[in-house]
Amino acid sequence: MNHRSSIEINTEWDIVAARQLGRNEAKSTGFGTVDQARITTAISELARNIYLYAGKGKIEIEPVRVGTRAGLIITASDEGPGIADLQKVMEDGFTTSGGLGAGMPGVKRLMDDFRVETEVGVGTTITATKWLH
Amino acid sequence: MNEVMRKGISENIDIITSRWIEQMKDNFSERFLDLMPASVVDTTSREFTELMTSNLSDREKVDKERLDEFTEKIIHFGWSIKFINRAIDTFSSVVYELFFEQGILSDANLRQGVGIFSRWINPLRESIIEEYSTKWERTDSLQKIALQELSASLIPVFDKISVMPLVGTIDTERAKLIMENLLEGVVKQRAEVVLLDITGVPVVDTMVAHHIIQAADAVRLVGAKCMLVGIRPEIAQTIVTLGINLTDFSTTSTLRRGMQKALEMTGRTIVEEEE
Repeated sequence: MNHRSSIEINTEWDIVAARQLGRNEAKSTGFGTVDQARITTAISELARNIYLYAGKGKIEIEPVRVGTRAGLIITASDEGPGIADLQKVMEDGFTTSGGLGAGMPGVKRLMDDFRVETEVGVGTTITATKWLH
Repeated sequence: MNEVMRKGISENIDIITSRWIEQMKDNFSERFLDLMPASVVDTTSREFTELMTSNLSDREKVDKERLDEFTEKIIHFGWSIKFINRAIDTFSSVVYELFFEQGILSDANLRQGVGIFSRWINPLRESIIEEYSTKWERTDSLQKIALQELSASLIPVFDKISVMPLVGTIDTERAKLIMENLLEGVVKQRAEVVLLDITGVPVVDTMVAHHIIQAADAVRLVGAKCMLVGIRPEIAQTIVTLGINLTDFSTTSTLRRGMQKALEMTGRTIVEEEE
């Protein structure tokens, strides 16, 4: 059950590959269509951030089971520039790339647990979990 | 020496072929038969060994036509580069062993033999791999073109109303194309209302939403109105959770509803004919 799949993000099309994988994992974990869309979208946002800001990195998807709860852990990690002002990044509408600035706070809302570890010049690892209710 | 080797191979082509099949099966076990259907194992293997030996007589050149044909077959089977590479390695080790068995190669002429061998196998490998990657690149670019042809045409449905159905993943390149086609089409078709149908878009993330918002803004600038239709329930929920603001938009769940609304906006309605 605890297999972890991983996709390297190097090009824009790897984002598609990552979320495709996420959708399949979400489906086989037993998530409904709405949660599937949430998970897929969250992966899309995280993968795009890697592509836009770090250039390359990876997305890992791992089904988990804690007691009677099942869920899916998404880990996005890169060795990019890191996030200087995490508080700002988590604000709605803040963007440095001319986008909507809804990505990071959006992912936090789309998922149940959300954790960011980041260090400037070292990289960023974001772990987001969705539980099956 | 060259001539002896060539003769040695053509006389033993059956042994080489069957040993090659054996060793490939050992290497890849069941996957070998997945990669190569049982019915064609023999003919393809023979073709492979023949191709491998075809350039031994004049070793500078590989028979281009046969190579093309063969590469196409291999691609059709879905052989990976790794598999092809392994096939060539296996082939050369089979031939190498056979030559020793038959005394064509011995310790005395090993150096010369190895020289001929590498001048023979290496260009073949290079040319197969080159051929293979060229084919792949071509397939790749053809698919890109096919995808572009699929994407984003603006269809004039009624006077003043046009529809653009979006199908598939929207990346930066396609988003640009959508914007161009949209603006060009709106002006050309004199559309007053444009319906962007996203029924076929699997994921609407902030980037896609951003592109849609930009497109709608641009459409407004050329004097038309943009309506977003085909929003599936799960997409609607995701958009709301993401916090994307689409309140400036007229949106509907289906194209049908959108069409009714667009007709209303242009001062028309659909009425049923009375008997």
